[in-house]
Formats: sequence, structure tokens, C-alpha cells
Amino acid sequence: MLKIEGLNVYYGTIHALHDISFEVNEGEIVTLIGANGAGKTTTLHTISGLIQPKSGSVSFMGKPVTGVPANKIVEMGLCQVPEGRRIFANLTVQENLEMGAYTRKDKANLKNDYEVVFTRFPRLKERIRQIAGTLSGGEQQMLAMGRALMSRPKLLLLDEPSMGLAPLFVKEIFSIIMDINRAGTTVLLVEQNANMALSIANRAYVLETGSIVLSGNAKELAASEDVRKAYLGG
Amino acid sequence: MKKNRFFNAITLTVTSASLYILLALLIFTGIIDEYNGQLLTLAGIYVIVSLSLNLITGFTGQLALGHAGFMAVGAYSTAIIIMRLNVPMIPAVFAGGLITAIFGLLIGIPTLRLRGDYLAITTLGFGEIIRVIMVNLEGLTGGAAGLKGVPPFSDSGDFILDAVIKFSWVYGFVIFTLVVVSNLIKSSPGRAIISIREDEIASNSMGINVPYYKMFSFTMSAFLAGIGGGLYAIYFGYLNPQMFGFLNSVNFVVIVVLGGMGSITGTILAGIGFTYIQEWLRIFKDFRLVIFGLALISVMLFWPKGLMGTNEISVVKLVRKYFFKNKNSDNSSSGSPASGESQSEGVR
Repeated sequence: MLKIEGLNVYYGTIHALHDISFEVNEGEIVTLIGANGAGKTTTLHTISGLIQPKSGSVSFMGKPVTGVPANKIVEMGLCQVPEGRRIFANLTVQENLEMGAYTRKDKANLKNDYEVVFTRFPRLKERIRQIAGTLSGGEQQMLAMGRALMSRPKLLLLDEPSMGLAPLFVKEIFSIIMDINRAGTTVLLVEQNANMALSIANRAYVLETGSIVLSGNAKELAASEDVRKAYLGG
Repeated sequence: MKKNRFFNAITLTVTSASLYILLALLIFTGIIDEYNGQLLTLAGIYVIVSLSLNLITGFTGQLALGHAGFMAVGAYSTAIIIMRLNVPMIPAVFAGGLITAIFGLLIGIPTLRLRGDYLAITTLGFGEIIRVIMVNLEGLTGGAAGLKGVPPFSDSGDFILDAVIKFSWVYGFVIFTLVVVSNLIKSSPGRAIISIREDEIASNSMGINVPYYKMFSFTMSAFLAGIGGGLYAIYFGYLNPQMFGFLNSVNFVVIVVLGGMGSITGTILAGIGFTYIQEWLRIFKDFRLVIFGLALISVMLFWPKGLMGTNEISVVKLVRKYFFKNKNSDNSSSGSPASGESQSEGVR
């Protein structure tokens, strides 16, 4: 579904991604794990068109994505939940969700989608008129995910959904990610919390200073000695 | 829903019309004397330019420091179109606005890629460039000596009648600007614009074409500032590049910040207040700038979000509250918290 080949990205003269290639198949949860500065967010930003690569290609459902403006990529069915949630803090919960549906042409079906989001995140329904900036961190993450779902993505890119959340919320968020996946949305998950990410993913890629150093079945990686030492605390 | 919209339109029309009739009558009967009538008219022009600045700075979140430059482009092009081509006033003002919009577009393409401070600095530079060009294009603009003899709104010889007509034209354009800005903000592009202010990256990942909407808002802002400039030219009848210096750009920023970035009614109140305070402080000569500075500092300390923050005073809600007490059907999602003051959205 998503295919990345030989991606090289530079920030000025800094070579941030070295020849990265990987793919995500339809229906999977794939996770990219790695330490700070490994290039996880850069990879996601390149996929969603916020950064242009120097060389290499990204294609989504057989169509090239590199060079396509970010807003068109969303229309193709690829939506990113940015790192640090980035909800519209001064707008209400409802307005945030409306913004999520901005690219939708079929406004008639929106009502149904609100229901889908509200059944997945009942808390958002309770707080529909609340200013989003006053929500708790976990609720904001739910809002960011709900907002992304409003665009009816085929592939959802999640950037560090567990960042800064209480452990209880992290569990909840991850079980919601599994629900979303079961309902038919493919997920590419970027995480520092490697333990959690590997526990729900089908496959995983391990990034280290801009290169993919390991890849494979998530369960096997979680059990592998190297990964345990480097990312899972022994 | 449709009924609500109709009701809103009627309420706003009636309010702005009756306010107009009231003020025009007061000027006509001399209860508002000629001096105050003139001031009110000038305030209207300031409100138009400030609203245009609020669109790009308050609603889109891009700090622009060159609006006096846009105003200058509008003023000079309107004046020249009227004087050289003998075009009637209204098309000339709109043409001035369009020319300014083209300038906005040309400047926006390279500069809107910049963010925050950088955009502020480049727009500031633009304002100065325009001023210097106006000084040096002597054949067209009269250079530093100024451009004399822009025909006034009316030339009846009757001071009071002239004052009323002047006021009426400007009032009409204020309403036009208000309608444009408030409808724009409530529309789908308006949502995109506000989301850019809130968070550019998030807007981008929601599929909003950020560069396009920034350009759109900037060009629209230039257009309205140009219209304000055109009215300014006709109002004074004389143009001089010194009228469009950096301090003037700052004044508009002050009005927008005082009124509340992202509040239309706030800008209106602050624009009128600012015009009057500027007049009252004239007795202090240049010390008024010191007083202004102090006032600005204290406002920032005590009301960091300006007079209104991002809130609006809604006439429609007030009318509903006091005249249609049983009609509580308005639960529109975009409703901002109503504040209890009895001012109207349709003030000049």
C-alpha cells in the first residue's frame, strides 16, 4: 500500500535519512521504532509531504507521492496525526473535528462519521463544545486521532501517540489504535515506547541515526537480544 | 437554519441602517459638530484598514508591519485614476483596491514562505520601499511635495452637507468591509485561515493548502487596505508620502492588538477609540507618543489579549435576548461567548 524506496533526506547539509526503504501492506500495523533523533518523525513528514526528499520515492497505492503538495496527499487517503498532538487549541472539540473533514467532498456522510468517532471516543462527545486547549493530554490525543479519522484515511500515520501521557492513557490509546486497525484502516506507527509499539504491531522497522538497522516480525523483534538491549531496557 | 440566517441578515441590516440614519441626522442637525463628524469619518477609514490588517494578523496569524504601504498604493492609485482618467469615485476606489491586491499578491509570493518575525521584517521593508518610490516617482505622484487636488466626495459648498456625504460614503465602505471580512471568516476558507493561525503543521496534515490560503488572506487584506487608502486620498484631497510612514503601519498594528487579534468588533471599537485618543492627546504635542507607548504597555500588562480577545459582540444575540425572549433556537456551533455590552457589530 505504501512503498518507500531509497529515501535520502537532508536538513541543509545534515544527512538525516540514509537510503531508507520499507513498505506497509494493506491492513497491517507497522511500527517504526528508534531512539531520539533516529529520523522517525522526518520519515513521517517526508511521507506526508511536509519535507521533500533529496532522492528516493514514496508511493501510495501505486501512485507517486513525492512532489505532491501536502494537502493533496490527504485527499489521497493518507493522514498524519502529528507529534505532540497539535490540536487547534482555541477551537472547540467540534470545530477541530470539522477541520479534520476539511478535504471531504461527500459532506452528506459526515454525520455518520461523527457517530463513528464518538463511539470510539465517547469522551469527545461529552466535551463537544469545550475549547480543545482545556482538554487533558490524553483527551487531546484522542481528539487528534478523531480529527484525523474524520478525513476517512486509508492509511493513518501516528507520530508518538503515547508522548507525555499517563501510563493508563497510553494503554487506552494503544487499544484504540488496534480497534481502528481492525475496522479497516492501515496504521504506520512511530514510537519511542518500543515495548508497547511492538506488542500491537505486525511488523517493525528499527531506525538508528537515519538508517534502518533491523526489520521483521514485531513479535520476533521484541524477543531478539539486540532490540531488547538497545530499546527495551535489557 | 435558513430562517436563522435570514433573521441574522435582517437584524444586521436594520441595525446598521438605523445607526447610519441616527449618526447622519446628528451630523446634519449639528448635534455632532463638523469637527467630530470629520473625526468619525476618519475613524471609519482607520477601521477599514485595521480590519484588513486583522484579517492577516489576527485571523491568519501572520504579523504584517507594512499596511501603511498598502494604504499608500491604494491612495495614490485611486487619486491618479480619478485625476488623470476622470473615472468616477466608486469604480476608482475599487480599482485602487484591485491594484493594491496585485501588489499584495506580488509581495506575498516570496514573503509568505517566511514565518513570524521574518514576515514582519519583510513587510516593514515593503512599506518603506513604497514610500520611497512615491517620493521618487515625481511625474506620477508629485514626489515629496505631494499630490494636490484630489476631488472631494462632494463639492456642494455647504459644510454640513459635505460632512454628511463624506461620512455616508465612508460608512458605506465600512459596512462593505465588515460584510466581506465577517462572511469570509465564517466561510470554509475562513476556517482554513483560522486553523493556520492555530497551527500550521496541523492544518497541513488536515489537507489544508496552507500557502494558498495565506496568499488568499494576504491579497484580500491588501485589497481592503487599498480601499481604505483610496478613501483616505479622497478624504484629505492631498497626498504626501510622509502620510504613509512606518509609524502609521505601527498605529494599525496597535489598533488590532488593542481591539484583540481576531476580533472584528474589537477592531471597530479600538479603531474609533484610537482616532479620538490621538486627537485628545494632540495638546501634548510629541509627548503623546510617550503617552501612547505607556498606554500600550499597560494594556499589554493588564489585558494581554486586547479589549475583546477573540470574542465578538453580536447584535443578533442582543436583539434575540431583548426583543425575542422566547426564541432560543440559536445554538450555532460557531457562537462565541456573548459579552453583555450593548454595542453593535454595525458600528461604522
